[in-house]
Amino acid sequence: MSMFSIFEISASALSAQSQRMNVTASNLANADSVAGPDGQPYRAKQVVFAAQMQNRQGVGGVNVTQVVEDPTPMRMEYNPEHPLANEQGYVTMPNVEPVHEMVNMIAASRSYQANVEVMNTSKQLMLKTLTLGEG
Amino acid sequence: MIDKLEGALGFYQQALSLRHERQKVLASNIANADTPNYKARDMDFSQELSRAVEQAEPRPVQLMTTSERHISPLNHSSGLRAAELLYRVPAQPSLDGNTVDMDSERAQFADNAVRYQSSLVMINSRIKSLKSAMQPE
Repeated sequence: MSMFSIFEISASALSAQSQRMNVTASNLANADSVAGPDGQPYRAKQVVFAAQMQNRQGVGGVNVTQVVEDPTPMRMEYNPEHPLANEQGYVTMPNVEPVHEMVNMIAASRSYQANVEVMNTSKQLMLKTLTLGEG
Repeated sequence: MIDKLEGALGFYQQALSLRHERQKVLASNIANADTPNYKARDMDFSQELSRAVEQAEPRPVQLMTTSERHISPLNHSSGLRAAELLYRVPAQPSLDGNTVDMDSERAQFADNAVRYQSSLVMINSRIKSLKSAMQPE
């Protein structure tokens, strides 16, 4: 129903932004994980946003099409005592950039707030419309 | 009688549904504030409103359908044709091709919400005056 499509649009943005937050949280948590379940060091991940086309005018929400791995080279850290160090004494560390992750987190939370505000305003307008003609 | 009522409230109804349509477009802009290559949209409200009002006037001639395979004429009671959406001119273009300016979108959203409410107030007062005109004493 068209009346509720604002909610659908904002809800899609909310879930997309929270997925972005999830990915950021995972990146920050694994900033020092030298080995994952596959034995490889953790690679930073990024979400890819794409607009979803809902009607013929092209007005619609957003969704996360995929989560890609950051292709930047891994960080090498000199630590000969580490059990995973190579022959030269270097350990392959994740390519997580904490500054990027913090910026991403702040941007995601701001966008999330803006969409919550859109939802609240729309809800108030709808409730007011429901009381049309009363009193 | 009923068509008179429709005439009394028709304009406000058109304005309200157009405001709602615009609210949706602005919500979509805000939702896609981080989507690469998304272009912000908006509508020319006064132009769309005058077109919607023009369209809602009853037609003098009705087309007759003699076969069920005839395409039925657009029934004007179902209201708005899809509004024509324009693209915003970005003030500060970004590298990823996104033209959503969050500040202006939110300002427009708030503005549109207030105007929606003022339309509601006007409809309410219109209904109230019609009701008082119908009172027996």
